[in-house]
Amino acid sequence: MKKLTLPLSDRETRALRAGDGVLLSGTLYTARDCAHRRLFELLDAGAPLPLPLNEAYIYYAGPCPAPAGKACGSCGPTTAARMNAFAPRLLDLGLRGMIGKGEMSEETRAALVRNGRVYFAAIGGAGAAYGSAVRRMELVAFPDLLSEAIYKMEVEDFPAVVAIDAAGNSVYEA
Amino acid sequence: MRTLSTQQISDCVYRLARRAGVTLTPACRAALGRAASQEEGAARFALDTLLQNEQTARSEQMPVCQDTGMAVVLIELGQEVYLTGTPLADAVNDGVRRAYADGCFRKSICDPLTRVNTGDNTPAHLHVEPTAGARVQVTFLPKGFGSENMSRLFMLTPAEGRAGIVNAVVEAVRAAGSRPCPPVYVGVGIGGCFDSCALLAKKALTRDVGTRHPREDVASIETEALEKINALGIGAQGFGGKVTALGVACEIAPTHIAGLPVAVNIQCHCIRCEKETL
Repeated sequence: MKKLTLPLSDRETRALRAGDGVLLSGTLYTARDCAHRRLFELLDAGAPLPLPLNEAYIYYAGPCPAPAGKACGSCGPTTAARMNAFAPRLLDLGLRGMIGKGEMSEETRAALVRNGRVYFAAIGGAGAAYGSAVRRMELVAFPDLLSEAIYKMEVEDFPAVVAIDAAGNSVYEA
Repeated sequence: MRTLSTQQISDCVYRLARRAGVTLTPACRAALGRAASQEEGAARFALDTLLQNEQTARSEQMPVCQDTGMAVVLIELGQEVYLTGTPLADAVNDGVRRAYADGCFRKSICDPLTRVNTGDNTPAHLHVEPTAGARVQVTFLPKGFGSENMSRLFMLTPAEGRAGIVNAVVEAVRAAGSRPCPPVYVGVGIGGCFDSCALLAKKALTRDVGTRHPREDVASIETEALEKINALGIGAQGFGGKVTALGVACEIAPTHIAGLPVAVNIQCHCIRCEKETL
């Protein structure tokens, strides 16, 4: 199992192959359907975004509330395909990569290749394991969205599989 | 006539919801273990992660999956029971509200248009079925929506028959691909009408995965559909493999002479279902 620290260098990113199992450590930003819609509203209005896209990895997830003594509650990935409407534009604006579950569209794959980025699959349903991999978590934007708000999280040894690599190969077509 | 306070039903819903959120059914755990032993590569990695996740969830009492679901509550209510106290639906919602707050479960219910969250995971999807006697059985099924979104209803013609049913089930799972968190559990409703057919499919999911329908012609549809689904090669998380479904469960009801409704309700590998008789 390859251990990686985020953000990855371009060289490290290009060395990844679809199907590789990895353990990720570093910073992730959660965002799902509603948060993406808000980010697009900000972009369309020419307003600044609440996260630094060019060093950010977006985790398609909405955590459970943190129990006492824990940084984060259960927090597995949600279906990435719902974010196909948003991912290509964010990648073109500098987004470093995404983590979710399941296939993504041809448009998203093309944007990954065009920008030399990677889409990782986390294991859907492994919420307790992922919640336990979160060391610190803070609210970044849109608190009214509750679990759908954007949170910045520091993760350690977060298990994932390279789903679509920077050359466009997909684990779902192997 | 037996008298039962709806507070007791509320407390029962609370207990079942708390337990369901952090526990897979024993049948599901066993099925995942068997699936892991058949796979290799990324699919094996996914299944091993899930088995380890299940242990973490139980030992730390954390939700197995962060999608703690829409609260589906099925109540079989004996007609010799006289309910006292707050209205039944309020009591059920109160149990859900308390469980999701105390359990640190995610609140996932929102207005379909404004998308504003109700904040407490209510209302529950409550279905009450009148039965004979004085028994009350409560079933709690937290239903995640990655899989719910992939569910389908087919209004087949009688001519399409058994083969049409099998094809519809396999097609629903094929089209869903990696999105519903395979290996899935497939609940199938056969017959009834537009809405009751969907409810049959949901009720099928409350059966332990791996069980067979007592009617042989129904059980044979379950077996054939499962074989064909596993031949699709989607595998755990869509990573490819032999196990795309852990099971297929069909429920059946009489339908109209002009129709053959088939509902396919997909459940992810995180099968959580708790029952209690009051």
